[in-house]
Amino acid sequence: MGRKSIEFAVGVFVILAVLAFVMLTFKVSGLTDYVSSGGYDLSADFNNIGGLKNNAPVSVGGVKVGQVTDITLDPTTFQAKVSIHMNSDNTKLPVDTSARILTQGLLGANYIGLSPGGMPQNFKNGDQIQTTYSALVLENLISQYLFSTSNKKSGSQS
Amino acid sequence: MIKRIQSLGANTLDVVHKIGRAGVMIFRTLVRVPRPVKAFPLLIQQLYSVGVLSLIIIIVSGGFIGMVVALQGYNTLVQFGATSELGPLLALSVVRELGPVVTGLLFAGRAGSALTAEIGLMKATEQLDSMEMIGVDPLWRVISPRFWAGVICMPLLAIIFIAVAILGGYVVGVDWLGVDSGTFWSSMQSSVSFHTDLLNGIIKSVVFGVVVSWIAVYQGFDCYPTAEGIGRATTRTVVYSSLAILGLDFVLTAMMMGGW
Repeated sequence: MGRKSIEFAVGVFVILAVLAFVMLTFKVSGLTDYVSSGGYDLSADFNNIGGLKNNAPVSVGGVKVGQVTDITLDPTTFQAKVSIHMNSDNTKLPVDTSARILTQGLLGANYIGLSPGGMPQNFKNGDQIQTTYSALVLENLISQYLFSTSNKKSGSQS
Repeated sequence: MIKRIQSLGANTLDVVHKIGRAGVMIFRTLVRVPRPVKAFPLLIQQLYSVGVLSLIIIIVSGGFIGMVVALQGYNTLVQFGATSELGPLLALSVVRELGPVVTGLLFAGRAGSALTAEIGLMKATEQLDSMEMIGVDPLWRVISPRFWAGVICMPLLAIIFIAVAILGGYVVGVDWLGVDSGTFWSSMQSSVSFHTDLLNGIIKSVVFGVVVSWIAVYQGFDCYPTAEGIGRATTRTVVYSSLAILGLDFVLTAMMMGGW
């Protein structure tokens, strides 16, 4: 095998590896969500986020419009502060939009569902969603049912 | 009884001695004035024989591993009605574990043994000694390009393995078993993270590349220069590399899970 064809074969090998890496980056790990410019950030405080994780989808009416970028605990209010990145500047949401943590199916992963309100002003970059509803924790529901006490803590406003 | 204790001590000293020799060899190979212009053609030649020639076995086994993981995963997930999670199952198991580990084992069998046999034969036919005679350092001329080619090729092969395995799983899961294509990719994307999964998998494969290449070139360089010695060195390369890969994989996984 000549020297030229060896170099050619090595070149093909390296190109193949780079293509595979690009495919893994964008198609498998979905890094494209971070790279895409535009969009804006929102935040929301929840009493209980259940099993919400980083990168969980944020949807309006079932359509994915963004994802969770960060989850931290507010040290003074002990609420979970969830940072949300909206992918497009064109998804303008009214300022009285409410956020609710929902579950995909009975055992699926958690996601954030946004229900748009009716105010004329729209969210800007860095705004906070005021109305939030916590995740439905099954144990709380069961204990509520069993003891029939009106425990305000689960499933009410933040 | 005394004899046994004696041989135990002798064996221990022998092992320590060999580890020391391997360390000195790799140190003298790596720490030296670089000569990139002269070394590059040698490296290309080794990239070809270590990387390109391993490509077929990596692609074929990657495809089959992806397909069988998809098939097994589907049959379990379908009982819970959770076939939408087939993508994450396939991607996470291949990216985190199977990709680096299986590539490492195949690489040790395909390329590591070839490296050991080649260097061992050079030693048995006194080519290494002749090089030293004419003033060419065999560590630079023979060992260094082979070691570096192994270190470079291993992550590249692992990446190709992972990509092919996921495509193979896609063929079985989506085209054959009827999982929805959009769900397959989107649930995969939402659960596989670039940093904690993909990069850690690649770090693993780099570590395995260093270990396998090191063991392979050392066993070849240190083998007993007879036909039997070369055979035994080749066997040792595959056995030690496989054990090192599996052991290190556990340690690395524990470190990565611990948020290291």
